[in-house]
Amino acid sequence: MNFNIVNVIFSMPEIIVLAGACLLILLDLVLYKNQKGIIGYLSLLIILIAGAGTLILSSPSVEIFDRMFVVDGYSTFFKMIFYLSTFLAVLLSINYIKIEGVEYGEYYILMLFAMSGMMVMASSIDLLSIYVGLELMALSIYILTGFKQYNGRSNEAAMKYVILGAFSSGILLYGISLVYGLTGTTQLADIAGILKQQGNLDIGLVLAIIFLIAGFGFKVAAVPFHMWAPDVYEGAPTSITAFMSVGPKAASFAVILRVFLEALQPVSASWTTLIAILSVVTMATGSIIALSQTNIKRMLAYSSIAHAGYALLGLVAGGADGIASVMLYMLIYAFMNMGIFGTIILLRKGDFKAEDIEDYTGLAKVNRGAAFLMLIFLFSLAGIPPTAGFIGKFYIFMSLIKTGYVSLAIIAVIMSVISAYFYIRIVMLIYMKEPVREFDLARSPANSLALIIAVIGTIIIGILPAWFLEMAKSAIFPG
Amino acid sequence: MLLTYLPVLIISGFVIFIATFVFIINSIVSPKKPSSEKLSPWECGMEPIGEASSGHFKIHFFIIAILFIVFDVETLFLFPWAVVLRDIGMVAFVEMFIFIAILAVGLIYAWKKGALEWV
Repeated sequence: MNFNIVNVIFSMPEIIVLAGACLLILLDLVLYKNQKGIIGYLSLLIILIAGAGTLILSSPSVEIFDRMFVVDGYSTFFKMIFYLSTFLAVLLSINYIKIEGVEYGEYYILMLFAMSGMMVMASSIDLLSIYVGLELMALSIYILTGFKQYNGRSNEAAMKYVILGAFSSGILLYGISLVYGLTGTTQLADIAGILKQQGNLDIGLVLAIIFLIAGFGFKVAAVPFHMWAPDVYEGAPTSITAFMSVGPKAASFAVILRVFLEALQPVSASWTTLIAILSVVTMATGSIIALSQTNIKRMLAYSSIAHAGYALLGLVAGGADGIASVMLYMLIYAFMNMGIFGTIILLRKGDFKAEDIEDYTGLAKVNRGAAFLMLIFLFSLAGIPPTAGFIGKFYIFMSLIKTGYVSLAIIAVIMSVISAYFYIRIVMLIYMKEPVREFDLARSPANSLALIIAVIGTIIIGILPAWFLEMAKSAIFPG
Repeated sequence: MLLTYLPVLIISGFVIFIATFVFIINSIVSPKKPSSEKLSPWECGMEPIGEASSGHFKIHFFIIAILFIVFDVETLFLFPWAVVLRDIGMVAFVEMFIFIAILAVGLIYAWKKGALEWV
């Protein structure tokens, strides 16, 4: 076993985040109860340092740790999404967790641990390191889900999530072990090489692929593995809902793209149809069930399920266009979903929870700014130009049409129209009804900064998508 | 090819047979004299107080168990490390100390939070 300093240098961002989180644990022990905000600001600093490190180390492709871990444009792009979403989530939390009365230092530290798990996932080119990263991310988020310790719904959500999550991890591991049994390796490129040689399709491999789809499908809440999402999204603290609807989803897609379009590319005929069916069912279920929701967090959970369906279509399309369109979609989704949850957090003050859709009636008459933010993010989620959400869907549909899946693109557009209804319904309530109650905003500098970043991102990508698309295209892995 | 796994199949069949056989024999020949002492749930040798299902039981058992696992895993890594330390050299020596330092952070955290006090 040789020691190579290159390993340490190229995994520096991960080391910085983990070491920083460990130091913050110790710092948290000596801080007084009303000083926990310091941990939040320090974790922002750690994220910025790690982000700078990732940008400096960004390179064509360096494989380290015995070809388990890679630093390339693809992982750099996804790590930027994780930094962005964690940064925004921490900014939104600083004030929010005070209001919820759960201001503990562990909150930020667990977010850092979750982020480092996602970073490992994005950089992994071996099924085992993927699994380790995935568990680090998932375990931290299980705890964060139940962070409102005296709230029954939060506890229930955490309990459901941990049990179902453990079950899905088991299924994923079973799939990994089957792949290992059939190919004798867990390294993604090696798996692809061996599958190419084998030629004919083993029935065991089909089983392995189904297990892998089930395991990863759970993490991105694809139907039929989506049942946890509404309860968990509703029960978790809103800032954590924002965080887990963006970060882990992007991380899981980073892994899904690598596993399916790199390792399992030689047998793509066996899984393309399955993923296509899954994505259509996911879009349909998410969009249609969201129509009848009255709680905005539940509605956004179903909307998030539907968005996972659109992103899966990029996997069906495959190739450079497909990968780049999913990467761009995840970046856009990070901005707009953080934004909409940020606005919900902005309205949460005192006893007012701002969780019922009816609560937003007439917001525009009372507070133009908050109403306008809701308008932009809801339009973006619905995919209406000139917002970024339109661009994200547009490139996914384009890549589908280019590869010949025209009927899938048509179905996706129809689902997109259905989903527009429940987003626009909120806009209608905000703008066209008389207010029934007073609104009091929980303003703070951190909140405002997060919302400004989110709204700028949503609009800039919507107006100038070419630069971001080029960035994603130049960062794809050789699939 | 498959035939080489035949001994495994025979062993599994044998094990299943033995296990069921022992259970059946046991349930047929054993004397049954239930008393309230025998039927009470076993709780670490203590007299059970109240209903365990009502949620009022000591969380400390679990905290101690989790802390035990942390150090159990540490020893698990330390033994093979100590055996081959001469071959793997200085780097592994430093690496193990980093590993122990990370575990120490966990211990300090638990200690400061009062996980080691029996209240």
